[in-house]
Amino acid sequence: MIRIVDYGVGNIQAFMTMFKRLGIAAARARTADDLADATRLILPGVGAFDTAMMLLDKSGMRQRLDELVLGGQVPVLGICVGMQMLASGSDEGELPGLNWVPGRVRSFAAQPQCRDLPMPHMGWNDLQLQDGHKLFTDFEPEPRFYFLHSYYFDAEDKADVAATAAYGLDFDCIVARGHIHGVQCHPEKSHHFGAQLLKNFAEL
Amino acid sequence: MLRPRIIPCLLVHKGGLVKTQGFTAPKYVGDPINAVKIFNEKEADELMVLDIDAAANKAEPNYALIAKLAAECRMPLCYGGGVTTAEQASRIIDLGVEKVSVSAAAIADPALLTRMAEAIGRQSVVAVLDLRKKTGLFSKGYELCTHNARTTHKADPVAFAQQLQQAGAGEIVVNAVERDGTMQGYDLTLARQMRAALKVPLTLLGGAGSLDDMKALIAACGVVGAAAGSLFVFKGPYRAVLINYPTQAQKDEMCRAALAAHRPH
Repeated sequence: MIRIVDYGVGNIQAFMTMFKRLGIAAARARTADDLADATRLILPGVGAFDTAMMLLDKSGMRQRLDELVLGGQVPVLGICVGMQMLASGSDEGELPGLNWVPGRVRSFAAQPQCRDLPMPHMGWNDLQLQDGHKLFTDFEPEPRFYFLHSYYFDAEDKADVAATAAYGLDFDCIVARGHIHGVQCHPEKSHHFGAQLLKNFAEL
Repeated sequence: MLRPRIIPCLLVHKGGLVKTQGFTAPKYVGDPINAVKIFNEKEADELMVLDIDAAANKAEPNYALIAKLAAECRMPLCYGGGVTTAEQASRIIDLGVEKVSVSAAAIADPALLTRMAEAIGRQSVVAVLDLRKKTGLFSKGYELCTHNARTTHKADPVAFAQQLQQAGAGEIVVNAVERDGTMQGYDLTLARQMRAALKVPLTLLGGAGSLDDMKALIAACGVVGAAAGSLFVFKGPYRAVLINYPTQAQKDEMCRAALAAHRPH
């Protein structure tokens, strides 16, 4: 069963709706006990990095998530701020991240190439895929996804980067380190492109 | 490449969807949930739903309706109408909405945007400005309106938009009141002026009658949001109700041609 980690942040309902349409069993997890039957994990997130980390700590699920992901090798997909939480830390906040994928979250506004671009990065953008990742099975040419963010993941080991997108600079918008995945865009709001990605994650 | 956003804007009035002209004469065009289902199938870029009763009646947002819309909506959703506090905005985001728009409440108290940005993140905070072209013999420029354009404010619209951006808006929607429902094209002068003055994403609403009107807007301003009501709910000269939206190929071709013609300043 796919468990969507509900620590008080993010659009849980959108994932529930999407998985229901896809005919894939998914349920929200509000406590560590809810995570017991998880074979896949979705870590959503919106808003500020520190708020999200603090709420995850308070949810009582963090330690169990560490055990499942790092010990049990349960596949996980972090989305938007949920992806940023996989990093070691963020320029947006003070708190450390989960540190599951080495890297740091940076601000577009601090990059000279982005100075004249509207912020946040909002709308549909193309992905440049690294070939062969199973998350991209049956993708059509020129996949496009919805983005809504001002900070981006900068992976330390570029071998972890599965896709980039361009906004002033080419940033790491999908990371995959073994069974740990993160996407900056919103597959739950990206029509058939997003549905395909979530289906692929469920079938990894 | 980031693409321009082509956004249907739906107005809710007495529980049904309506389309207005010049902010008056609401015409019933259908059921909101049904419209969302159609725009799902057509894979619209984004959807904006504005409850035109809530702010005017000083009513609480209709959370039951928002929850239903959000559960059905498979594209990013922006809700507006009756939001006056950051707590209400948080509650709406928790229902599964991506962005919350405010107008009258933010104009009365721009610090509301700051509190909303702290609660839900600035990327989810949208300020809508209803602007009406001044028509007096010696007047020029635009005046800022609220409450379905029944109240006017003295502030300079461009400076005020910048102030709202500073306060915490992550997107500004500029709605040209006298173009509402006319399908005669966007006010490109206003659009250019706002794009040059703002650093956040900008969406224009009011006047779109064809994809060519959107093309003209994007050619003038580059990557912006092009929102429309009538264009996506009416068909033909008699304004027969028919929910419609361009195909991905039509959108791509229009945007490509428009951006090729765009000359950044």
